Amino acid sequence: MSSFKTSLAHEFTKGLWKENPVLRMLLGLCPTLAVTNSAVNGLSMGLAVIFTLTCSSTLISLIRNIVPKQVRIPTFIIVIATFVTVADRTLAAFFPTISKALGPYVPLIVVNCIILGRQEAFASKNPVHRAIIDALGMSIGFTLTLTILGMFRELLGAGSIFNLPIMPESFDTWLVMILPPGAFLALGLMIGIANWINSKLGIKS
Amino acid sequence: MSNTARMIIVLTIAAILSGAILSVYNFYTYPKIQAHRQTELEKAIFEVIPDAEEYKKLELGEKVYYVGCTKKEKELGVAFLAEGNGFQGKISILVGMNMDMDTILAIKILEQVETPGLGTKIVDDPSNPEDRKWFTNQFKGLRALPEITYVKNEKPSKPGQIQAITGATISSRSVVEILNNAIKENREIFLKR
Repeated sequence: MSSFKTSLAHEFTKGLWKENPVLRMLLGLCPTLAVTNSAVNGLSMGLAVIFTLTCSSTLISLIRNIVPKQVRIPTFIIVIATFVTVADRTLAAFFPTISKALGPYVPLIVVNCIILGRQEAFASKNPVHRAIIDALGMSIGFTLTLTILGMFRELLGAGSIFNLPIMPESFDTWLVMILPPGAFLALGLMIGIANWINSKLGIKS
Repeated sequence: MSNTARMIIVLTIAAILSGAILSVYNFYTYPKIQAHRQTELEKAIFEVIPDAEEYKKLELGEKVYYVGCTKKEKELGVAFLAEGNGFQGKISILVGMNMDMDTILAIKILEQVETPGLGTKIVDDPSNPEDRKWFTNQFKGLRALPEITYVKNEKPSKPGQIQAITGATISSRSVVEILNNAIKENREIFLKR
């Protein structure tokens, strides 16, 4: 029983650090680079991914024994696209303000390779409860990474965090940090720091 | 069952289910989404013709105009949709102009899919907390003839000129181009009515 619990805990925590989709597996870099110019944007993208990944993983895991392996990828894509569209329509119909703020990100989730990657690598081979735990861990790890990256870029690029002014007025904002080059610089630094910490901890990349 | 048959059946069922779910869901949410759009449009009409108390819908051919007036039916201005391509997708703007269509009263951007944090500053600029809508506010009372122009990194000096957003020149330029095209086209139709 205890080993069962530890393995579930492991499925959850691996997404946060050891197999963090962005920092360790370098997946989903397109949305990571594109939307993290502010903390709010990073967090919003992350929340949308938590919803889609968890729903898709649950369903894929339930139907994993029915789907022939030759057509698994198209089936995954249909499932993911359906959930993303439902999420998009729900937001537009019931939460128009949130939908406006998230507008361009929601359809982008269909092509987020973390989602397809988790279906292929995990949900299609594991029972439902493990698939859900794995999806939550991965998507929360993704959300945390994007939020931290967004906070860092917003702090230097706009002098604020979550739109709250932090830097003194005399601080000259580094516009480059909220432009595309800043995304590469900041992400590169973050991955470098993560690798450095891991080498200290003795975790192999 | 042969594997081929199973592949076809599974994919067909998945596609049919997905299509069915989405069309039912769309049937259910579409009226709500349209209602939100309508309320938003109405709100926007009163925003771009600031002193209007009510509006009349006027259809000329394929074009729709909203004439804003006071309760005593004094016509204050006309609002119409201007649409065109932005940096990565459609931008749709509601333009309010005086009845002669030579000066803009105000504009409101209804839809856009510009780069978050950069192009989206055409709607809302969090880096300028005193006036987050400074970009669209520049169009208030702006002379639209012969055409609107923009300058970069300096304050506008001529009539009909606005300042582009740093880091979002293409989005700024798109707004100006969409307005210029729409005003030219609609002037011809509306003034002939």
